[in-house]
Amino acid sequence: MIEVQNVTRYFGRVMAVNDVSFEVAKGEILGFLGPNAAGKTTTMRVLTTYLPATKGTAKVAGFDVHDQSMEVRKRIGYLPENPPLYQEMRVRDYLDFVAKIKQVEPKNRKKAVDEALGKTGTTNVGNRVIKTLSKGYKQRVGLAQALVHNPDVLILDEPTVGLDPKQIIEVRELIKSLAGNHTIILSTHILPEVSMTCERVVIIDKGKVVAEDSPDNLTKKLSGSMRFKVVVDAPRDQVEEKLRSLPGVKKVTPANAPGNKKLSTLLVEGQGKEEIRPVLVKSIIENGWNLYELTPEGMSLEDVFLHLTTKEEEPVQ
Amino acid sequence: MRKFLAIYNREVKSYFSSPIAYIIIGLFLLITGVFYYLIVTSFVQYCMRADMQAQYYRMAPPKLNVNVMAIRNLFQNMSLFMSFFLPMITMRLYSDEKKTGTIELLMTSPITNLQSILGKFSAAVTLFLAMLAFTSVYMILLFIYGNPELGPVLTGYLGLFLLGSSYIAFGVFFSTLTDNQIIAAASTFVFILFFWAIGWVSAMVSPGLGHVLSSFSLIEHFEDFAKGVLDTKHIVYYLSFITMGLFLSFVSIESSRWRGR
Repeated sequence: MIEVQNVTRYFGRVMAVNDVSFEVAKGEILGFLGPNAAGKTTTMRVLTTYLPATKGTAKVAGFDVHDQSMEVRKRIGYLPENPPLYQEMRVRDYLDFVAKIKQVEPKNRKKAVDEALGKTGTTNVGNRVIKTLSKGYKQRVGLAQALVHNPDVLILDEPTVGLDPKQIIEVRELIKSLAGNHTIILSTHILPEVSMTCERVVIIDKGKVVAEDSPDNLTKKLSGSMRFKVVVDAPRDQVEEKLRSLPGVKKVTPANAPGNKKLSTLLVEGQGKEEIRPVLVKSIIENGWNLYELTPEGMSLEDVFLHLTTKEEEPVQ
Repeated sequence: MRKFLAIYNREVKSYFSSPIAYIIIGLFLLITGVFYYLIVTSFVQYCMRADMQAQYYRMAPPKLNVNVMAIRNLFQNMSLFMSFFLPMITMRLYSDEKKTGTIELLMTSPITNLQSILGKFSAAVTLFLAMLAFTSVYMILLFIYGNPELGPVLTGYLGLFLLGSSYIAFGVFFSTLTDNQIIAAASTFVFILFFWAIGWVSAMVSPGLGHVLSSFSLIEHFEDFAKGVLDTKHIVYYLSFITMGLFLSFVSIESSRWRGR
């Protein structure tokens, strides 16, 4: 549905996007992940025909974004970072206007507007002036605007920014329910969002694609070793020293939760795939300490992300 | 056409659902009203004085022409006030879209830049026509209490319309250049003044150059309309001025995509 091939974009001498290529299949939700200023928005703007690429090509639904931009525009719904709202208009009038310029047939327009309002839960504010809406509602009207002409492809730039936790869940559910009929690209720097909504992730940093896979695979691939959180009721230094001396333990990092002075929390990392839990427990009991918690800590997507987007050297132990 | 109308309707609605239209029309009528009053009273006083002089010298009272002495004067004043007021109408057209990000909606929708430029231009012209329509009250009063000629009044209005549309076309252009409305309005205003002043400079330079300069002047071409002369060369001048403004707007929007600003 979407093909991006070697897209490069300069702003003057600054390279914003560097040779980015990826594909999105029909009905798929693709997460576009990266720190701020990584080139997410620029890539999306190239896809939406807002910006031409300096080099490379992109196709949406088989149409080139540069040579057949009008065909592409008919087939995409785009929610930019700041929802493009005319503040002085009423929600319903605004969506009606968008439906008009998106070439919705006059006889279907009212139905299209009603559907978009219903899907995004904004029917009750339909007659309000956009200026008076809360940030959350504005974001949802922005989403309604992207949906109103029922496009094949949805391009959403940070769609959950500014929403409260309940609304965030609702919007994610909405996005998930749209997959299948629509192909969706979703950019974000909130990691749980990607693991919750997307089937595939493209991680981009400094304009380059640094990884592309499913969220699960990415986490698996990059977490080479097993990590555990250990909570013990003994002085931290003693526990740390003891655990570090055990066979199979590669690294012990103190991670005390603040406010609790009696218990020490540590992160223990094993070498390779070796099971270290029995050794840990045995050693703790033998020392006469009480074990309060032992939980496996898989490398979260957050860690993967940091791992891929920061070039810091591992501290030498 | 439908998409042009969508843009046009939205812009017109946005003018009239905010105080902008009412304040600009109101202020324009206030200032032209003051000048109308001053011009007409001084014309009446002049007539009375001329009448008295004629009686004193036992001569027939002179025929004083209201078209030449009052209406032409009023048109010239209106053409000046328009250069203050019209940039205020056009300044928001693209600047505001750039500032709030709605330009991204327009430029990722299946409408061409030409449709959006023409829609916005026509909306501003519509507001301008509403402004002009209210000033017809002044003329109607003159027709009730005097006997001016209709011809020069009509050509005067046609001239004002063409002149104002030229201001608007370049107002659209300057608003495509910046996301700041004040900058857009100020540069439009200075641009208009520049094309006025060209006419005055032409009197001070060599005749050849002076002729060239004065044919560029926005106001030189208006003089004939105010006098009641309808000349195609002036109409062509204004139409090409408008086309130039709209064309530059088009180029500016297209190039801003490439520059990414």
